Amino acid sequence: MRKQLIGTTALMLGLLASAGAANAADLRIGLSAEPSALDPHYHNLVPNNAMFTHVFDALIEQDENQRLSPGLAASWKAIDDTTWEFKLRPGVKFHDGSAFTAKDVVFSLCRVPKVPNSPSAFTIYTKGIEDLEVKDDLTILFKTKTPYPLLPTDLSTIGIVSAATGKFTGPLVFKKAGCEGVESYPSTEDFNSGKAMNGTGPFKFKEFVKGDRIVLTKNPDYWGTKAPWDTVTFKPILADGPRVAALLAGDVDFIENPPSQDLPRLRQDKNVRIVDGLSNRVIYIAVDSGPAPSPGIKGTDKNPLADPKVRKALSLAIDRKAIDQRIMNTQAEPAGQIISTGLFGNNPDLKPDAFDAKKAKELLTEAGYPNGFEITIGSPNDRYMNDEKVAQAVAQYWTRIGVKTSVDATTASVFFSNRGKKVYSAFLAGWGAGTGEASSPLKSLVACRKPDIGYGTTNYTNYCNPKVDAALTEALATIDDAKREKLLQQSLAAVAEDTGIIPIHFEKTPWAMKKTLTYTPRVDQQTMAMEIKPAK
Amino acid sequence: MGYVINRLFQGLMVIAVMAVLVFIGVYAIGNPVDMLISPEADQAEITATIARMGLDKPLWEQFLAFLNGALHGDLGTSFIYNEPAVRLILDRFPATLELALAAVLMAVVVGIPLGVIAGLKPNGIAGRSIMTISILGFSLPTFWVGMMLMMIFAVNLGWLPSTGRGQTGSLFGIEWSFLTGDGLAHLLLPAVNLALFKTSLVIRLARAGTREVISQDYIKFARAKGLSEPRVILVHLMKNMMIPVVTVLGLEFGSVVAFAVVTETVFAWPGIGKLLISSIVHLDRPVIVAYLMLTVMLFVTINFIVDLIYAALDPRVRRKESA
Repeated sequence: MRKQLIGTTALMLGLLASAGAANAADLRIGLSAEPSALDPHYHNLVPNNAMFTHVFDALIEQDENQRLSPGLAASWKAIDDTTWEFKLRPGVKFHDGSAFTAKDVVFSLCRVPKVPNSPSAFTIYTKGIEDLEVKDDLTILFKTKTPYPLLPTDLSTIGIVSAATGKFTGPLVFKKAGCEGVESYPSTEDFNSGKAMNGTGPFKFKEFVKGDRIVLTKNPDYWGTKAPWDTVTFKPILADGPRVAALLAGDVDFIENPPSQDLPRLRQDKNVRIVDGLSNRVIYIAVDSGPAPSPGIKGTDKNPLADPKVRKALSLAIDRKAIDQRIMNTQAEPAGQIISTGLFGNNPDLKPDAFDAKKAKELLTEAGYPNGFEITIGSPNDRYMNDEKVAQAVAQYWTRIGVKTSVDATTASVFFSNRGKKVYSAFLAGWGAGTGEASSPLKSLVACRKPDIGYGTTNYTNYCNPKVDAALTEALATIDDAKREKLLQQSLAAVAEDTGIIPIHFEKTPWAMKKTLTYTPRVDQQTMAMEIKPAK
Repeated sequence: MGYVINRLFQGLMVIAVMAVLVFIGVYAIGNPVDMLISPEADQAEITATIARMGLDKPLWEQFLAFLNGALHGDLGTSFIYNEPAVRLILDRFPATLELALAAVLMAVVVGIPLGVIAGLKPNGIAGRSIMTISILGFSLPTFWVGMMLMMIFAVNLGWLPSTGRGQTGSLFGIEWSFLTGDGLAHLLLPAVNLALFKTSLVIRLARAGTREVISQDYIKFARAKGLSEPRVILVHLMKNMMIPVVTVLGLEFGSVVAFAVVTETVFAWPGIGKLLISSIVHLDRPVIVAYLMLTVMLFVTINFIVDLIYAALDPRVRRKESA
């Protein structure tokens, strides 16, 4: 009653129009990061990808566990090792009413390499396509050079735009070096202004005011499950505290990434619901495994970390459960491998190392370092959940077994550039498996560094284990899902065998919302308005 | 005339020196490609991105390219938004300008009467309380006050919206919040937050001015003439103590516009401060450099104008310079 009175008074004063109780079918979401553009092919980054998925569909969708499910393609199969047949969904209409056909798919794939000044291009997902053959309006054959099992996964990241937004000089023909028949593609600006925002997705574009809001409206003709919201407004509120305050004040109905220190309090608030779920991101410590002396190590002239026993000792010394309880406010799951539980390729036999300081000390002595040595852990302090605090905790645990550890924590931009220059003998970082399966972290974090084939691009610690690479390389050429998963698990087991990397935990992603709403957590950490439902 | 040219030349020198410092300073931090590109990208992709942004060239070559662009009014293109940095900043400028004007207006409307009261009765309860409050206004950190305002007025009382700009109305083809009721409600808390420091400043200036002017002979004379007290204060006192207040506020206005960063971040106000913070986080160098350069130009211009006005008002300044 009192609330109603205040609400009415405020409305009469014309002061509080937006803070009054929201219409049942309107949803306002507080984002923790703002997409840099609405163009689905411009910037490969979680906030951008989450946003464009509201308006544009991909051929294949990723469900909340990043397993693939049919999107604009009703079905797909490998005909032979290098050919895939995709059957498109019939009867799908773009927002402007025109029919969706194979031409739109070809046009979208042609546009990806043609987006000017893309800060992080989607070409990493289209370069596997050697050739395309349009058999009829609803059938496409994809050809790859070598067996390429990740083709469906790659295609699930490419939003399909309408070919009607381009200008043509002749029939559209896919060529790997550059498509024929296209005079011009829509520009990124055309998407931001809404001119080219013609997709097949569950929402239509309404308004984009940079820095302030993005407004979408329901697509009543959507081919899939229709969203329960007529209008969705996204507001970027980058600072953590104010984002929580906006939810508590009722200015938004739903926020992403409430800060972990506020969670215990929010969980007690009877008007707020918190949901959380495992993300695809692992937090790990990489240690310099190369034979040469390492820059951040003192107290010995050799590199003690080259010995697998020392690496195992460092892993055993960490109490992962305590880190989860005390530092992460239970927003983490202790990790024994680099791909989250439940994702494709996860090896259920690999358990997190249980805390055992005594055994760690024994291993150190066995390896010839009874008095330990000195080491510095590099860490960002503004990139991952409680990153610096976790690094500090690890430093304490290591110091306890005689490895005197200090932490060098800096802002992410400086950390990344230091890491690239191999300044750190040990560093704490995180890896989100963008593809949602094990080859992503294996290839980038622990494969021997071969940048020209994309192996070990984030392996700055000289780890190189032929057993890991062999199983991974074979997996990446195996089309059969069951066989591929076995090989990935083998590769992960090989990493664990000589402690090639020290996994700490998998982050859990929290979302906070009004009690009247509910959300199924996604491992890719994306916030999808169509999956926010009224609570029953 | 010689004086004007001299001042103009000095201003240009400041801009040139700042261009070098800003450019080198910003380009010494991190590597933007690390922040921008998907970690899954392979070496070929990374190399291509670095080349596209011109980061593979030596620093002096990048600086010359920047200088060449700057002389043609182009301060570079945002790495993240792929739009000219100047346009990005100017697009968001009205939001900041509106906030800064509202804050300065509040500082004047609240600060001057309080300052005059404190000046007239420096030892009374009112005078002492006002001065204590102004010390708080000076010393409390802006972000903390912002969060407190939000907790009290948005979360607990529910009177005002917490963040954002709200509904806007159009004037001269630009969107302004103060034209709608909803926009005004959104403007209130951030403006109060930003005004707090300036209000304290105005209170102090007004108090000092009042105390100085009140003991002047012409005030005594006005009173002796039998003028009413309100008339003495409003006409004779106010007119004379306003001079330093206006001078300082004019100079301070630049800093309110340029450094509304904290308030904008706390209240998610889509102005240039919020843009600056996100550009720093993502190492969007062209935007940071353009922002700093525009700020330098703003200050140099304000100072130049102030110098000219001083010279016009006070012949001694001109004579000293040309001697």
